[in-house]
Amino acid sequence: MSGRRVVITGLEVLAPGGVGTEAFWSLLSEGRTATRGITFFDPSPFRSRVAAEIDFDPDAHGLSPQESRRMDRAGQFAVVAARGALADSGLDLSGLPPHRTGVTVGTAVGATTGLDEEYRVVSDGGRLNLVDHTYAVPHLYNHFVPSSFAAEVAWAVGAEGANAVVSTGCTSGIDSIGYAVELIREGSADTMVAGATDAPISPITMACFDAIRATTPRHDEPERASRPFDGTRNGFVLGEGSAFFVLEELESARRRGARIYAEIAGYATRSNAYHMTGLRPDGAEMAEAIRVALDEAQLAPERIDYVNAHGSGTKQNDRHETAAFKKSLGSHAYATPVSSIKSMVGHSLGAIGAIEIAASTLAMTHHVVPPTANLHEPDPECDLDYVPLTAREHTTDAVLTVGSGFGGFQSAMVLARPERTAA
Amino acid sequence: MTASVVVTGLGVVAPNGLGADDYWAATRVGKSGIGRLSRFDPSQYPSRLAGEIHGFRAEEFLPNRLMPQTDRMTRLALVAADWALEDAGVRPQELPAFDMGVVTSSASGGFEFGQRELERLWSQGSEYVSAYQSFAWFYAVNSGQISIRHGMKGPSGVVVSDQAGGLDSVAQARRQVRKGTPLVVSGAVDASLCPWGWVAQQTSGRLSTGDDPARAYLPFDARAAGHVPGEGGALVILEREDLARARGAKVYGRIAGYGATFDPKPGSGRPPALGKAIELALADAGVDAADVDVVFADGAAVPDLDRAEADALNEVFGARRVPVTVPKTMTGALYSGAGALDLATVFLAMEEGLVPPTVNVEPADEYGLDLVVGQPRTTEVRTALVLARGQGGFNSALVARSAD
Repeated sequence: MSGRRVVITGLEVLAPGGVGTEAFWSLLSEGRTATRGITFFDPSPFRSRVAAEIDFDPDAHGLSPQESRRMDRAGQFAVVAARGALADSGLDLSGLPPHRTGVTVGTAVGATTGLDEEYRVVSDGGRLNLVDHTYAVPHLYNHFVPSSFAAEVAWAVGAEGANAVVSTGCTSGIDSIGYAVELIREGSADTMVAGATDAPISPITMACFDAIRATTPRHDEPERASRPFDGTRNGFVLGEGSAFFVLEELESARRRGARIYAEIAGYATRSNAYHMTGLRPDGAEMAEAIRVALDEAQLAPERIDYVNAHGSGTKQNDRHETAAFKKSLGSHAYATPVSSIKSMVGHSLGAIGAIEIAASTLAMTHHVVPPTANLHEPDPECDLDYVPLTAREHTTDAVLTVGSGFGGFQSAMVLARPERTAA
Repeated sequence: MTASVVVTGLGVVAPNGLGADDYWAATRVGKSGIGRLSRFDPSQYPSRLAGEIHGFRAEEFLPNRLMPQTDRMTRLALVAADWALEDAGVRPQELPAFDMGVVTSSASGGFEFGQRELERLWSQGSEYVSAYQSFAWFYAVNSGQISIRHGMKGPSGVVVSDQAGGLDSVAQARRQVRKGTPLVVSGAVDASLCPWGWVAQQTSGRLSTGDDPARAYLPFDARAAGHVPGEGGALVILEREDLARARGAKVYGRIAGYGATFDPKPGSGRPPALGKAIELALADAGVDAADVDVVFADGAAVPDLDRAEADALNEVFGARRVPVTVPKTMTGALYSGAGALDLATVFLAMEEGLVPPTVNVEPADEYGLDLVVGQPRTTEVRTALVLARGQGGFNSALVARSAD
């Protein structure tokens, strides 16, 4: 473990079930679910009518009227979460050279909700192919380029270093943080405000997942709709949210006496080069990403105390990643608890990877592993310990979190305590 | 470990030339691809000129099964990647899958595809939306499709930072090569010249509203009044130098240095940060400002932005007037494709020893730049600086050096 090491010193979560890290952790540790019938628009034309929505009031979270107006909902989440993470870290960025602080924001679908709304207006409900620019809102360009989210976060925290959106579908959250870690390790930055956001619950998103039957049609029991690893699962539940982190180089974090949540000890991403939405059942590429991430962390598989799964609740995903865990962790895959928080907060596409890193971090803080809710009858092909229904007290010093996404991206990240020993 | 990373292949899709040869033949003599939009009638919109790619028939290059699932930007990117690999003499199917990655940028995703599906949703109903809408428009699609087409399983990614993204993706690809992936396909292609994308672009406040292609995009000119957008870009093949040499590859040059910064919030009173990005890139490359033979500028053609860029260049290069050029005056600003295309152009310029011109511009004295205008300039190009900026304040600077 030589070279520059990167630790989490602040975090904030906006997830369905309650805004803020505390509300998030109480939902997870109590095994409650935040999935419900869609309220944002009339869902009756859609096959899938459930989602994990956030009750979010931008005014109450410190956004000015003009900030709210110019930002898509996903951008609003990002700014609120980034400010919260910075406050949690206790770091005063104004005392540091601004170009040494950078920003990364993961998002899979950017301002898709804002674009859907604005398209409907400029096209007059889809009637005009030559859409009418005189009805366009002045900030439409901010929706056109999702990099506007990264700009807003940088302005909100006063960062003038490297800044980018990382957009790799449903692994965007892990990959955004992984990108930020790399910038600190290589010496391009000392501090990164890094996270991810998505607010995709809009008609166009529901329609596109309906078309490939990726989302669940189980709307009779919305609170029980997301059932990763359960034999009765039949698709994921769309969610929304954001999580942000303050990442610092370990020694400078120690010097200022920062609270250190965890070290980001290993990260890797690989591609399946197979299909934009399909997965091969063997999980080989995710297994390779896990192997490389463990190697970077200098941890043997047996050192992993908890696996935070992608666990989207589609049949192909649950089997794919179960195979990947067995391939990469060997017999330890059966010994370690594995769970999916998507059972409680849904699948917020590019944001969920960051939210799951937050859940992993909090599991280390509390030595409690969140459960997989709604798991009553496990799929016989998914035969690991998925922590059904209730959270579990469990000594948690190292966590593996993974993601799998459209485009074939497979990402893995290892969190550990910085004072650990190697191997 | 800072292994030298080289470029061994170029794939260019530009409004003034398809393929690196045609593009360079046009660019070296100042031939522009900017004209009135032809894909739809632009009469009703404030801006009507664009750098469109004409005569691109994806069916000639790509299998039919890819057509229903790809936006125009993805088809262009897939073909550019094919050409770049061919130029590099690489046959991906013969290489270990985990030894190859793909890192691209996309400023706005597949807007044309997105418009068509939004139109179906709102005019016909949700059941008419394409099964491919879940990924065909999103920002990650070009990396995903290229990795699938060529069986590339190594580290891949997508970096989005408006027009700075093309350079940022190449910098990220260089990181992956240095970390141990022998070959990474990188760069960017954007293509949002559909009515919905056009209307969104109108609101940037930076577009030219002129109708004369020879007077519409004039960076560093007293008449500057915005830029003309375009479509296209470039993909390049990055390899670790020792491995590229061992296989006898033709080496265009090195990705020697990179720096990125973000401007302070407007109204903060703090100075802009482009100069800092340039300093970081030069330091990373281990070169002095005096070593730089040419600058490929961002060239926004918005007076305040031209002023900021000229100030940064004058601050770094001082009294030494370095040649500066903006070949994108011939293609339009290609969003994420812009930095990638400029980088490809740098290597073509190195090969011939010729700096392509900035067309149509009469440089305003106030900027104090040695802008290469009118004719191309014959000069040895060993070290080049490429600049790209994204709306909001993204600044990226990349230093490319010749290989010998």
